[in-house]
Amino acid sequence: MRAFANVYYFEPWWIQVVKALVIFLVAFAILPLLTVYERKLMGRMQGRYGPNRVGPFGLLQPLAEIVKFATKEPSRPTTSVGFLFRLAPVIAILTGITALAIVPYGDVQHIFGRRVGLYGIDVSIGPLYVFALAGISFYGIMLGGWSSGSKYSFLGAMRGAAQLISYEVSQGLSLVGVIITAGTLSLTGIVHAQHGMWYVIPQFVGFIVFLVASFAETNRAPFDLVEADAELVQGYFTEYGGTPFVAYLFAEYVNMVVVSGIAVTVFLGGWMIPGNPHVPGWVDPIVVIVKMMLFITFFIWVRATLPRLRYDQLMSFGWKVLLPLATLNLLVTAIIVGA
Amino acid sequence: MTYDPSADVIEVIRTPSPGPVAGAYRAFGETLRGLKTTFARIIEGPVTIQYPEEKTPVYPRFRGRHKLHRFEDTGLEKCVGCSLCAAACPADCIRVVAAENTPENRVSAGERYAAVYEINLSRCIFCGYCEVACPFDAITMGHDYELSDYTRSDLIFTKEMLLAEPVERTPLRTEGE
Repeated sequence: MRAFANVYYFEPWWIQVVKALVIFLVAFAILPLLTVYERKLMGRMQGRYGPNRVGPFGLLQPLAEIVKFATKEPSRPTTSVGFLFRLAPVIAILTGITALAIVPYGDVQHIFGRRVGLYGIDVSIGPLYVFALAGISFYGIMLGGWSSGSKYSFLGAMRGAAQLISYEVSQGLSLVGVIITAGTLSLTGIVHAQHGMWYVIPQFVGFIVFLVASFAETNRAPFDLVEADAELVQGYFTEYGGTPFVAYLFAEYVNMVVVSGIAVTVFLGGWMIPGNPHVPGWVDPIVVIVKMMLFITFFIWVRATLPRLRYDQLMSFGWKVLLPLATLNLLVTAIIVGA
Repeated sequence: MTYDPSADVIEVIRTPSPGPVAGAYRAFGETLRGLKTTFARIIEGPVTIQYPEEKTPVYPRFRGRHKLHRFEDTGLEKCVGCSLCAAACPADCIRVVAAENTPENRVSAGERYAAVYEINLSRCIFCGYCEVACPFDAITMGHDYELSDYTRSDLIFTKEMLLAEPVERTPLRTEGE
């Protein structure tokens, strides 16, 4: 049986398991550090230090926080729907991690005489896989907000629904230009197609649209209307505490990493280095991670800079500016490629 | 004369709308300006004072914890137990019980001395009136502001505590700082 059509399925199952474990563990080692990084960087941008008390440079802060969250008493509002209330954070974090599987960290390498692709899996549907999982992850937000039985959660979830639907369209369309140019949906194929020039240059409009839409898709400032701590307390996860709260928090960071990974792969040439010097295979993941960190830094930078948009601004920006831009970009690309 | 509500209406003056293209250009420019502002803060460095390790220096006339003084040459207490400080205290936090000096037991330079001198620092408002009221400059306000404790009774400072040379916990501002 073939799980996916047209996959170059050359790896034995145990290599797949090992790769899945490595990606999962590395991601979960990096994510807590990412939270510290965000808070420290935002602190510096606001003229303060950020967490610096727990451990060297405050690096053990997430450890202390995880202990704190894990020892909280689990509770839920009496108006909540118990089953969905417990299920929603699981959906949120599961879809995020699953999407992490297709980010390519490097080309196919020869490790101990075997061919191993430095990615979870090279699916032939590439970006569509991410969009499918983003579609499901939005159930995590919807169900969580709705089943909490709280008006703030509900408002946050409703906003999230409208926002994700509006911006997913532009995000998807902005990638189509690249897919047309590369002629493949496989993410490794897209990286290989960027050997001559990274797609950030010919597809600059698509890149900008993708970047802006990513902010909305990951519910990050300035599009964090879903959480909107000033108006909605914490939006859809107001009523969550303890580990489910951490799950939502981590899901947000995983989404950020996934979006950065896709952006790096699709627009910034994945593991390519400018000038294409001949480097050993183990450099590839480092290059990808450095590029991802640049993206994440930009995410944090924007969060520290821009105020939250008003709801009608968000909607009109998504539908009246981003969507026409993405469509135009797609049309022009299609005409140029077709001609 | 009847009231005309329209007379109170202040017309809002708006700048002319820049139009979609110039508006987008302006919004983009302002975004970049904002990004520049936040990035400049990184280069500037944090302004935070890491409190328990670093302390804000106080001015010489800062009114902190009180000090009682002795004459430097004779070692006698300056306080003569006149209770003027207690009378001046708006928060009523000073308690003075005076006693007579005797030739065998000479504590202060005057006729009497303070047998009991207590300041309840949990009530003190650090106004400095006691310092002003004292005719012999026996009580002054020091620089120490780290005055938290676990029980209220620990904040009642006795004469011995006020007379003792205080731990210099607070930096003093240098000239021109």
